[in-house]
Amino acid sequence: MELTLENYLAWMQDFAQKIADKKDYLSDLDSKIGDGDHGNNMARGLKAVSEALATKPADLTSALKVTAMALISKVGGAAGPLYGTAFLEMAKLSSKTVDLSELITAAAAGLQKRGGAQAGDKTMVDVWLPVRDNLKNSQLTSEKIEQAVNSTKQMEAKKGRASYLGERSVGHLDPGAVSSGYLFESMLQTGVIK
Amino acid sequence: MSYGILIVSHVPEIAAGVPKLLQQVATDVSITAAGGTDEQEIGTSLEKINQAIAANQADELLAFYDLGSARMNLEMAAEMTTKKIHLYDTALVESSYVAASLLQAGVALAAIEKQLEPLKIKGNN
Repeated sequence: MELTLENYLAWMQDFAQKIADKKDYLSDLDSKIGDGDHGNNMARGLKAVSEALATKPADLTSALKVTAMALISKVGGAAGPLYGTAFLEMAKLSSKTVDLSELITAAAAGLQKRGGAQAGDKTMVDVWLPVRDNLKNSQLTSEKIEQAVNSTKQMEAKKGRASYLGERSVGHLDPGAVSSGYLFESMLQTGVIK
Repeated sequence: MSYGILIVSHVPEIAAGVPKLLQQVATDVSITAAGGTDEQEIGTSLEKINQAIAANQADELLAFYDLGSARMNLEMAAEMTTKKIHLYDTALVESSYVAASLLQAGVALAAIEKQLEPLKIKGNN
């Protein structure tokens, strides 16, 4: 399971498309427990990512880096620095290894450092950690991703805007977990994992 | 003066308004602000924060923000600059006002931070 420039570009193209398709759904989820802009923010960010990747980065490291910079500068909401940091950590590590499991492990660690969220806080971390673990055991499936995303529904938010709602956040999916689910669905569907 | 103040808000108008209030009690303190996204929408922009840090005349900044994602962008900006950034998880308006008036009065950083302590209201989300 190695990340290459080719499969990475295919992965991001598919992810950008998914985000564009699900923009309204993501914002709708966010309006229930947040500020209602996750879909629009992510769509704006991924559009910038697509534009940056269209300039044909020379190698995987630069592709990951321009992805990170586009997300950090264009998303606007909390998802920008979070996703941005995740891709930046992958970019940094990619000069040493392109092993997918190791890259995602580094990304998840960066995500936790930036946002300070733990498992069970009802954030995107609740998708990234199980994905990381399942990748390690080569057991990542679409069902497992879905399971992780759905697990956020019954959680009470401890981080992010939704945490202001306390127990009223229970019963709603976390929008960042849902968009992270799309990211990893795209990873499976575009053959990054064979 | 070696200390300056940095304000980061999700809203351009808040970022423009808070320094107005502060400057009233701190005419000699360099106060710069970043508010909203690059498109002037609600959110924060790393680029704007970088610019506000660069534009500040001080090389050590006391930074105040409104909501969580502003903190994350502030942290990233702090990692990118050579200036020293002190980040406070305190009530934006009240604490930046306290800091501004004390800086103007020439109070030492440690004493200012002690005054800021009871105003800490966030950081965990």
